[in-house]
Amino acid sequence: MIDILKNRILKGIVTRQIEPELAQEIEAVGAELRSLIQQRFGRSLHLREVDTGSCAACESEIIAANNPIYDLQRFGINFTASPRHADALLVTGPVSKNMLAALKKTYAAMPEPKFVVTCGDCALDGGSFKDSYYVEGGVKKILPVVLHIPGCPPSPLVIIKTLLAFLVA
Amino acid sequence: MDIPTVIARIRNNFPEFSELASAQNYADELNIKVSPQDFKHTCLALHKILPSPVMMLFAQDERAGEGIFRINSVFVDFKNKEWVMVSMDIPPENPCFDSLAKSIYSASLFEREIWEMFGVEPKGHPDLRRLRLHDEVWPKGNYPLRKDFQKVEPGDLSDYKFSRVEGEGIFEVPVGPVHAGIIGPGHFRFSVAGEPIISLETRLGFSHRGVEKIFEGKSCLEAVRISECVSGDASFAHSLAFTQAAEKIFGIQIPAAAAYSRAIFLELERMYNHVNDLGGIALDAGFSFPAAYASVIKEVILQLNARLSGSRYLRKINAIGGISIGLDETKKQMLLSSLKELKRDFKELVKILYSSVSFMDRIDTTGVLRKKTAEDLGVTGLVARASGIPTDLRKYFPGVYKEAKFRMAIQESGDVLARLRVRIFEFEESCRLIEEFSGKLIKGEEIKVNAELKGGSALGYTEGWRGPVLYWLKTDTRGLVTRCKIVDPSFLNWQGLSYAVLGNIIPDFPLCNKSFDLSYSGNDL
Repeated sequence: MIDILKNRILKGIVTRQIEPELAQEIEAVGAELRSLIQQRFGRSLHLREVDTGSCAACESEIIAANNPIYDLQRFGINFTASPRHADALLVTGPVSKNMLAALKKTYAAMPEPKFVVTCGDCALDGGSFKDSYYVEGGVKKILPVVLHIPGCPPSPLVIIKTLLAFLVA
Repeated sequence: MDIPTVIARIRNNFPEFSELASAQNYADELNIKVSPQDFKHTCLALHKILPSPVMMLFAQDERAGEGIFRINSVFVDFKNKEWVMVSMDIPPENPCFDSLAKSIYSASLFEREIWEMFGVEPKGHPDLRRLRLHDEVWPKGNYPLRKDFQKVEPGDLSDYKFSRVEGEGIFEVPVGPVHAGIIGPGHFRFSVAGEPIISLETRLGFSHRGVEKIFEGKSCLEAVRISECVSGDASFAHSLAFTQAAEKIFGIQIPAAAAYSRAIFLELERMYNHVNDLGGIALDAGFSFPAAYASVIKEVILQLNARLSGSRYLRKINAIGGISIGLDETKKQMLLSSLKELKRDFKELVKILYSSVSFMDRIDTTGVLRKKTAEDLGVTGLVARASGIPTDLRKYFPGVYKEAKFRMAIQESGDVLARLRVRIFEFEESCRLIEEFSGKLIKGEEIKVNAELKGGSALGYTEGWRGPVLYWLKTDTRGLVTRCKIVDPSFLNWQGLSYAVLGNIIPDFPLCNKSFDLSYSGNDL
């Protein structure tokens, strides 16, 4: 316990310490985002993530967006364990044939109103794998996608910024 | 061991053995060609005398040129620092061979893979269910890795049959492929009697993207980029194994500075993943402070990666013949000063974990994978080392690790705690290795790539953070990839997880799973 307290006090709030320029940017983006989300989604926006065959780098970056440095949650964006609680679906991967049914079912399980966001180059059109025999090649052929977050993988900052730009528009 | 010695030893074990051809193509690779009648017993003999699990077993479709299917089986000989590959040719009219699965368990999954991808049947295999081409969506009779496969022909679909545990009070708990957390897709079917798990069947393949087919026809330069997307958290290990295979074929010697830089990046990849897993294990035990602490350390390493190479996941670094970015003096100083801070923070993290009695109690004796089970399954890498099997390519094929006096982590108990301890040891060892290597970086050495493109085949291998990443590559005369077989350590280690969880309760499954932390995409390809 003493180690936890010691580190808690010594480390302080890491959210802005790692890279000062970066932290300012995150803050500015985030403050705007928070007020928007409060207006439009009744205080918080809940996302459900579905991996349709990504290489796990996108997942790693989405998780990183939730770490204490970027701390997406403080702006009112949460990741939920169930599609039943989700406002939006965040899809990664080029949609492997094996994941097609699961993706559709997850979308169907979400309550209205709902929207779909894709994350990473694979999810846009299949990326490196678009010519494969086992890939549907992009989420937009299957579900109505309203926003794409580009990158291979998109960095946490890009994820936060792209979400903001979309919610502002 | 040279070829005559190997053959003499095989003959000791299997007197009727006669080889059709044999060659030592590279200093670390022996190739022995045998007839289909001798293949099984030759493999059994090698399995016994080396001793080695089947590290790779894969098919090639050579019907267009030679009119045959070729099956290759790769064993590792740690003592003599080499790989032994046994091959046989199979006529295409009746494509089948005697299954090894009943004698060598580690061959089982590879044979199922050959069956579904090439339609070459391992006769006598006890379980020929498909791994990746799910029966619900992929019609029977379509073999995508055959060269003449164009597009999928309509055919029968069917359902996957889970092995069933029946009896009074047995419940089945299906989980996945979409999970509660932000992770890859996989399906877990638990059978429980009360609390304890009595059987776990893992159904994977949800991330199957047809990676091996995508490689075919690509130039090696393009293919390096694809290898980085095979398993995103092991991008560097995968691209390194691929480039090593290509460099062997093209006969390229990489400059010393590139070898040290590669080792530095490989260790950085190990570090961010190991610390991520320490946090993950803590999180799955409900201990959130160290989990957050670990995620900060991981982020610091990712940002360090980005400053060193421009990529958080160490992509676009490896090139055929060296690396595309150099580590100059400023970068070196940045690396060393970051390491100092990382080491300090990591020590605190370990202290927090070790000083929590409830956390230690939770992970001690949880998810035990016994040494015998691990050996029988052919489990590799980190998981094997935690179960007392001394296996690490950095030790047996050291290269630059030799002068750095690499120390291998090893634990005996095979539980979550042992896997945690291996990670802690390896993180600290990686820090030390990077310091050693960065002292040897020679200033101003240019990396020149003048590869002469040619045909050939070779095995590339490296010890990624999960374990050995193996690439067997074959190119044509223009240097284009004609076959690329990838084995991620996850492929064999997923089996280990099914045994480690037996007798544990379902709430401990995430803990066991995280302590293995296997790749979905690397397994599913």
